[in-house]
Amino acid sequence: MKHVKSITVENLTKIFGNFTAVDNISFDVEQGEIFGFLGANGAGKTTAMKMLCGLLMPTSGTARIAGFDIYKESEKIKRNIGYMSQRFSLYEDLSIIENIDFYAGIYGLEKKEIRNRTNEMLEKLNMKSIKNEMLSSLPLGWKQKLAFSTAIIHKPEIVFLDEPTGGVDPITRRGFWELIYEYAYSGMTIFVTTHYMDEAEYCNRISMMTEGRIAALGTPAKLKSDYNAIDMNEVFIKIAEVKRK
Amino acid sequence: MNTVVEVENITKTYNTTCAVDNINLSVIKGEIFGLVGPDGSGKTTLIRMIASLIKQNSGKIKVLGFDNVKDYKSIRKVIGYMPGKFSLYQDLTVEENLTLFATIYDSDIRTNYHLIEDIYSHLEPFKDRQAGKLSGGMKQKLALSCSLIHKPELLLLDEPTTGVDPVSRRDLWKMLKKLINFGITTIVSTPYMDEAALCDRIALFQNGRILESNSPNEIIGKYENLLYKVKSYNNYLTLQALRRFSNDSLVYPFGESLHLVLEKNDSGIDLIQEYIKKQNIGLVSFELIQPTIEDAFILLMQTKNSEIL
Repeated sequence: MKHVKSITVENLTKIFGNFTAVDNISFDVEQGEIFGFLGANGAGKTTAMKMLCGLLMPTSGTARIAGFDIYKESEKIKRNIGYMSQRFSLYEDLSIIENIDFYAGIYGLEKKEIRNRTNEMLEKLNMKSIKNEMLSSLPLGWKQKLAFSTAIIHKPEIVFLDEPTGGVDPITRRGFWELIYEYAYSGMTIFVTTHYMDEAEYCNRISMMTEGRIAALGTPAKLKSDYNAIDMNEVFIKIAEVKRK
Repeated sequence: MNTVVEVENITKTYNTTCAVDNINLSVIKGEIFGLVGPDGSGKTTLIRMIASLIKQNSGKIKVLGFDNVKDYKSIRKVIGYMPGKFSLYQDLTVEENLTLFATIYDSDIRTNYHLIEDIYSHLEPFKDRQAGKLSGGMKQKLALSCSLIHKPELLLLDEPTTGVDPVSRRDLWKMLKKLINFGITTIVSTPYMDEAALCDRIALFQNGRILESNSPNEIIGKYENLLYKVKSYNNYLTLQALRRFSNDSLVYPFGESLHLVLEKNDSGIDLIQEYIKKQNIGLVSFELIQPTIEDAFILLMQTKNSEIL
């Protein structure tokens, strides 16, 4: 299998006044990889992610997202990525189909294309018969799957997931990850930011940020063995404690 | 009397939604009792009824012998309650919030400082900062300090670790463990399965009902099925292959690997391994392992669901 990079980041830095939020980070994400981007609150995750999504200009360093340069082609980046957050993705007072239409429109799809992809999606999610139901009446797990599907309705190369499965039951959570596996296998790159360590365990590789830097990067298995830890939770604590000393 | 909280046949509905559906449980003095389950499973509603903040439609709750409806004033004197949503005064400083809570209960910060010392010491350097300007983890630590400063007999914590990073979570749990030494009983709700193992006893919540209530070890001990950890190069392909082998086998992603559940007398693992070998998906290993609370929860949910069907 040929390895194509969906994301390449080199020496990326963001300074606000005299505060360095992101301090010279470098990493790559391969196409079809599920990449976990972890760190405590205030470690610089959000700032880094905003730069990767083309929403914030870096102070220095370079990055290419889906083949586009973050300085010169931020509009193209926005059209070629999807974004899903557990909290603000969908409108509770719109129906399922209205939510889908709305997102498809935002991503600039043609009318005919919208119809095709909406049908395709309703079919896949098994929501055809309930497409006119208000979102607020759906169980959380269904909302999550729908939120993910609308985030990728324009078939982006990369999708950013922000704490996608917090607060759901173990079976629903696994249903969601199975969906993610399926899309990753078909070649979509999945970039997950979270501070839930058990979500991190589902990723192929993980980077751990502390104080603006990437303190560790590797597969969950490698990080666990490097830090002699039983789970990612312990890895996180050990990395944070090294910092404290 | 050893029982601190007695919940009997409690039901609570909001309009047409049944939030808590005929629940029974009892909490013993000095234990950490965990209400474990996803959002919307009834944990918060139950805590609010125990705290005497809302009334049930039917059933009975006794807290330290007091009735949660009739004796609500007595209950409020002996409990400490930390809601899931940050509810302190954002425009008061850290110290002002703590003083306020102590004063309401006719106490002061010094009297029970030993109870909160471990976590409040992290906050002390910021004692003049407005509560609204603290980070998420700091807010939780302050809220917990405020709920403890009057030395309650029963501490009710509604998802104290949600949105908190692993280091602060660990600090918080260390402190809860220490409270046992002071005879304080704790009821804590959490959506995190890994925190279940830190409780003395837990109740697993799903759709307003309790699937199982016991100590974590006993819940795991009751797990009779065979559980295999399945490691492979590609979880997605392996999952598909296992489902092809048998439509009704219970197999699910579990972190880096998959978990496969077989009936306790099922000797089919050899057949499965043989089948998987022929699927051209690389090396796949099967290891018989001990279940976690999460595996137990999944099996219980699965069993309940098929009972309904």
